[in-house]
Amino acid sequence: MSTTQQPHIDTDIYATSAADTAASEGAHVFNAAGGDWDQLVDEAAALHEERIVVNMGPQHPSTHGVLRLILELDGETVTETRAGIGYLHTGIEKNMEFRTWTQGVTFCTRMDYLTPMMQEAAYCLGIERLLGITDQIPERASVVRVLMMELTRISSHMVAIGTGGMEMGATTVMTVGFRERERVLSVIEMVTGLRMNNAYIRPGGVAQDLPPGAIDKVRDIIPLVSRGIHELELLLLENPVLKGRTVDVGYLDLTGCMALGITGPVLRATGLPHDLRKLDPYCGYETYDFDVVTRTSCDAYARLCIRLDEMKQSLRIIEQAVERLGTTPGPVMVEDKKIAWPAQLAIGSDGMGNSLDHIREIMGTSMESLIHHFKLVTEGFRVPPGQAYVAVESAKGELGCHVVSDGGTRPYRAHFRDPSFNNLQAASAMCEGGQVADVIVAVASIDPVMGGVDR
Amino acid sequence: MSDEKDPKQATATSNADGTRADDVTASVEQPAPEVAGPTTGEDPANLPAAPGTTPDPVVVGERRGMFGPSDTGDTSGYGGLVKPILFPAAAVRPYGGYFDEVADALERGLVGSTASYAEAVERVVVDRGELTLYVRREHLPAVARALRDDPALRFEICTGVSGVHYPHEVGRELHAVYHFLSITHGGRRVRVEVTAPDSDPHIPSIVETYPGNDWHERETWDMFGLEFDGHPALTRILMPDDWPGHPQRKDYPLGGIPVEYKGATVPPPDQRRSYS
Repeated sequence: MSTTQQPHIDTDIYATSAADTAASEGAHVFNAAGGDWDQLVDEAAALHEERIVVNMGPQHPSTHGVLRLILELDGETVTETRAGIGYLHTGIEKNMEFRTWTQGVTFCTRMDYLTPMMQEAAYCLGIERLLGITDQIPERASVVRVLMMELTRISSHMVAIGTGGMEMGATTVMTVGFRERERVLSVIEMVTGLRMNNAYIRPGGVAQDLPPGAIDKVRDIIPLVSRGIHELELLLLENPVLKGRTVDVGYLDLTGCMALGITGPVLRATGLPHDLRKLDPYCGYETYDFDVVTRTSCDAYARLCIRLDEMKQSLRIIEQAVERLGTTPGPVMVEDKKIAWPAQLAIGSDGMGNSLDHIREIMGTSMESLIHHFKLVTEGFRVPPGQAYVAVESAKGELGCHVVSDGGTRPYRAHFRDPSFNNLQAASAMCEGGQVADVIVAVASIDPVMGGVDR
Repeated sequence: MSDEKDPKQATATSNADGTRADDVTASVEQPAPEVAGPTTGEDPANLPAAPGTTPDPVVVGERRGMFGPSDTGDTSGYGGLVKPILFPAAAVRPYGGYFDEVADALERGLVGSTASYAEAVERVVVDRGELTLYVRREHLPAVARALRDDPALRFEICTGVSGVHYPHEVGRELHAVYHFLSITHGGRRVRVEVTAPDSDPHIPSIVETYPGNDWHERETWDMFGLEFDGHPALTRILMPDDWPGHPQRKDYPLGGIPVEYKGATVPPPDQRRSYS
């Protein structure tokens, strides 16, 4: 350790180094990595400098993961905000170029890990448009997709509200939010086998039909989740502390939203009923009866109200989807055997795998089936050259997927326009001029998920 | 089998394949980027149909063999087969749907700006229900401004830019693909594609018109090395500031290490056998 310029503890491995001091061009650098805070505050106060630059994150419990906020403060007032991202960049888009089209689902589901179904749906709808099979997707597959997407929307909003509450210090909001999310996730787990990173929606349909009892389970949780939403409403909406923290905080009006390309609850909080499920329906959303929730106060409180109400609308859609599933039998995968996965999965004595009937067929009776299975699973299917852009309404806004094919068995390029990535640009506009504590609320009201932002 | 392709052999194999011999021969003998004639080895019925599309798709490359892998000897006899990779052709009027209105409005909207419609738009493609305008890069800001400001166009939202790297398209290797959404006009969408050569990877920024494109252009710079002239602060956004190279370019390796499992070694994904 160098002995120069040590602000407080000599043994602190995170302490300011000589290089830091040189890079800061003579300004004083303090490192708040624990230790005696009074000492740190005294040292800072001794400088009589009101304007300080604070690096909040990338490791900070209230920045929604590895978001780094660079705040310039004048006392308690934020004069400038910059968001630094990229700490969770995993190269998913590049990796997808080295896997088959079907394997890509299992990558893109990990982007925004709170809305896995949305990425899967956008990606698969893009592939289906490239293949020209959009209208061949079985009705039941579309209904299952809608059901899963709306369940995902609820679980994502529950996390948004829960963590947002926790960041303001309201732990009960978090426990209620996560308790209700768990009910939804138990259904998702029952249907897909996983709570998140599902890889359930596949090009041509969905991986598997609903297991027996799933519809009953959905019917069971609807009133419970509905009651949970109501509990949150009672807990939050007229709470003076919460209103004090959120009303008129993180203000961004329609002009700002339009300029920055903001979509989702932030845009709807300005009163514009923009929802891709209505504007540009996919998966048959035009046939469901639901409302687009808006508010007009453009602040964090409005976004909270919108998320609560949207969950109720999602429950409405889920009820209708469950109703339809009862009367819509049929396959959940496109008929074209050159695209559809050859086998349905089944639970065997050694866990989940290909169904025994299928194994018997390919190993015992039909060489052609075996070749077909092998080729489709290892090589994948070819997609005609061209490009497509499909957008779905994710829980956070417009999630777009731009897929390019060169006629091969792998995506030539798959790009995701993640709503969090775009909406996080609004952090500066929302935070500047406010208090430091409002930064937390404003960022929480955008609901960024760094997995989606950085991809 | 060597990579030297023999037209007769290609013809023979294509006969075995059931495709038309003369077309494949034509495509083999003609390395030109634009292929004339009604069909080029592909059955037109399999090509994506769009209203007003001329049947002369753009050849962007060629695909050899029939089954994909090229790392082993040709045991199938199809290794000499050469098929062109055909991207959708330029569209002719009428484009169908609202696409004609958009094109007309853009033509009017560009009157009085720095470029006319004919100068700015080099090609229009209608494919799979999507309208793509290929815009010459120097006229992109004028087109973006018209798309946003003209009341008949009013594409309020640009949902970002996506880079695509086509190393085979000499002189236009780097593509920047913009998608626009009009809420006013009920969810109309238009795609604007701009190209730049690898030797001069510059495209004018449209952040002035669409401030929300700020991060998207930074990402495309970061990932593809496309420089957006006029961007307020074109720095890396996802990769570290001192990172060498641009990871999503096709000449940038994926990386990865071989993994041993139960005595066998699984190579990294970019070194596994490719069927593409």
